[in-house]
Amino acid sequence: MAAYESVRNAVAGLSAAKAGLASRLWPATAKMATGDEHPRTAPLSIHDMTVAYHRKPVLWDVDFDAPQGKLIGIIGPNGAGKSTLIKAAMDLVPKVSGRVLIYGKPYAKQRHLVGYVPQRESVDWDFPVSALDVVTMGRYGKIGWCRPVTRKHREAAMEALQRVGMADYAGRQISQLSGGQQQRVFFARALVQDASLYFMDEPFAGVDAATEKAIVALLQELRRAGKTVLVVHHDLQTVSEYFDHLIMLNMRIVAAGPTQDVFTRDNLHRTYGGRLTLLDEAAQAIAQTGGGP
Amino acid sequence: MSCGADRAGLLLTAAVADHLSQALRVLTLRDYNTRVVVVGTILLGVAAGLIGTFMLLRKRALMGDTISHATLPGIGIAFIVMTALGGDGKSLPGLLLGAVLSSAAGIGCMLAIRHGTRLKDDVALGAVLSVFFGLGVAVLGIVQSMSRGNAAGLESFIYGKTASMLARDAAMIAVAAGLVALVCGLLFKEFALVCFDQEFAAAGGWPVLALDAVMVGLVVAVTVIGLQAVGLILVVALLIIPPAAARFWTDRLSRMLLAAAAIGAISGLAGAMLSALLPHLPAGAIIVIVAGAIFSVSLVIGPRRGVFVRLREHLRLRRTVARQHLLRAMYERVEAITAARVGTAAPTAGGDAAAVPRSALLKARSWSQGYLQRLLRRGQRWGLVEPAGPDSYRLTPAGAVEAARVSRNHRLWEMYLITHADVAPSHVDRDADQIEHVLGHEMVAQLEALMASEASRAAVPPSPHAIERDSNTAAPGSSARGSASG
Repeated sequence: MAAYESVRNAVAGLSAAKAGLASRLWPATAKMATGDEHPRTAPLSIHDMTVAYHRKPVLWDVDFDAPQGKLIGIIGPNGAGKSTLIKAAMDLVPKVSGRVLIYGKPYAKQRHLVGYVPQRESVDWDFPVSALDVVTMGRYGKIGWCRPVTRKHREAAMEALQRVGMADYAGRQISQLSGGQQQRVFFARALVQDASLYFMDEPFAGVDAATEKAIVALLQELRRAGKTVLVVHHDLQTVSEYFDHLIMLNMRIVAAGPTQDVFTRDNLHRTYGGRLTLLDEAAQAIAQTGGGP
Repeated sequence: MSCGADRAGLLLTAAVADHLSQALRVLTLRDYNTRVVVVGTILLGVAAGLIGTFMLLRKRALMGDTISHATLPGIGIAFIVMTALGGDGKSLPGLLLGAVLSSAAGIGCMLAIRHGTRLKDDVALGAVLSVFFGLGVAVLGIVQSMSRGNAAGLESFIYGKTASMLARDAAMIAVAAGLVALVCGLLFKEFALVCFDQEFAAAGGWPVLALDAVMVGLVVAVTVIGLQAVGLILVVALLIIPPAAARFWTDRLSRMLLAAAAIGAISGLAGAMLSALLPHLPAGAIIVIVAGAIFSVSLVIGPRRGVFVRLREHLRLRRTVARQHLLRAMYERVEAITAARVGTAAPTAGGDAAAVPRSALLKARSWSQGYLQRLLRRGQRWGLVEPAGPDSYRLTPAGAVEAARVSRNHRLWEMYLITHADVAPSHVDRDADQIEHVLGHEMVAQLEALMASEASRAAVPPSPHAIERDSNTAAPGSSARGSASG
């Protein structure tokens, strides 16, 4: 308890000092999407959020408003708190301070509007269920307590499998799927949640080329349907190709905004620190897209 | 003399007949007592199999172990309290209530260790298990030395006393089994969700903690009920072994539940029967031994991951690999010979397949003379190769088609692994008829473009690495190699 208090106090002092500093130093990090008339009803609005595991803070006063209908990438080095950010937004990890609103209301009231693709490694793929069974889990919220899965729901799950190109594998036990196929099953499960806001934790990690292509196409499909999607991403090469907006994270938000504005050498430097190999990679990425100074 | 022998024979026959009729009485459940015991152990096996399956999938199989050992101090303390209050110290409901309370305390300690410290689960489970069991043994020691009350029989909770199960014990087991089956049926999908992906469940608003508590509560119920029947050490086996055995038989959760319940029931039935037939064998132990035997059998012949199935798959894979190696070796030789003759790297799939000398094949891989001979014989049996003269072979038309397919797939995969090493798909069937199914048309087209030199796209692309070990025929491949790496 005491540890929490001390972190909270330290955070309160620091955040006041930093707020002023931040706005002077990096105007680009100021809230995005606040130009819209109703920032309160942004799909996701994070205010002054700090998260700590034990005594170690992982995220410091994060402020962020997600614009409606965009694909938003979250990038940053290992341990930057990317996964923690989306988990805290869904109340999966406790916050030390701060507030998160989903379309203007707390998460607990808006779950039905949120879809989630966890990291593939977070589950045991040896579990005795088929691909179709896993996708059906996305409908459990709609089915409700103690009710059995009906044909209607299985059909919806089948449709989602079709959309991710996995209809032929519906009856396959999940350990017999390749990594990319498992990822598509997770994606299909999120699709049947029929949400407005999606959180995806590294959906491109370790997938094959065909799957990456399929997922990108589906992301664009979601955007066309007016959905907002936050994606934790690792590959700097594809950032400008895949995402409209970007959160550059390293325990705090280094920069956030439209990709062409914030995906710059300076911001990458501030996000990734002095890691030379990464900077080389980044320089290459920027040179490729022609963005940045 | 003969009269005595006759009498002995008669006695023997009578003894055998007596045993047989006794066995028949047991097997046909004519004995009321046997009936009670059999029904009780069957239902206990069913209940333990059902909830044990979920605990196994939640990776908490050992929690049952801790829970059961943690019941012992509660039993002793309940006896002391009830005796002190002037009641019957061995009133069963009172003792079982004590067991429930102390196993709850054990779970509390375990959770406190898990969440309050950085110690891992196994430490929490092991520490609580042994400390509570030690505490229980100590309390029972005190109970034995008490002047008031008759404590005899309390230690039967440790090893169980199945044979003396009463109708009301069996009835209690029936109620508990019914409860477990009902809850597992109603909360089937909720339990499955929490066991498979607790984070997704929590994000969806399912109360993970409460569902876990219900599962653990059912384990406590089964354990406490099972104490009387098989004892606190062996009841754990019923929670773990039938589900583990069931996993070898199916990849479906619903079927795994039914299989675990069935295996638990069979163990209970067989154990109770055997110990009724052979009165010196304690039923609890026999039940667990039967369950263990079923587990061993499942491990070997289970169709889902049994040793036999894996062995068969392994042999099949070895055969496939050997066949592909033969085909590719033939194909590459033919390729080299044709290339040397006409100056092109693409041999035609049909007709004028060149004859490949056995010595050339032998050099292609680290095959022994005998192995190659066997392989070629098998190749003939498969209709893929045929003799083309003394000590030389050629591909049959069917073999040529298959060899072209195998070589193309192999080379494309190799190319893919070379160019996309970081995103290599795991668990894919590299022998898939169409590599396009796995990698997608565009990727394959891209790979083909990478490799294509003078060869047309539909044909087999040249190998991305040197395949020649004969220095005199090595030249033709090198130009293709240059373009592939570029």
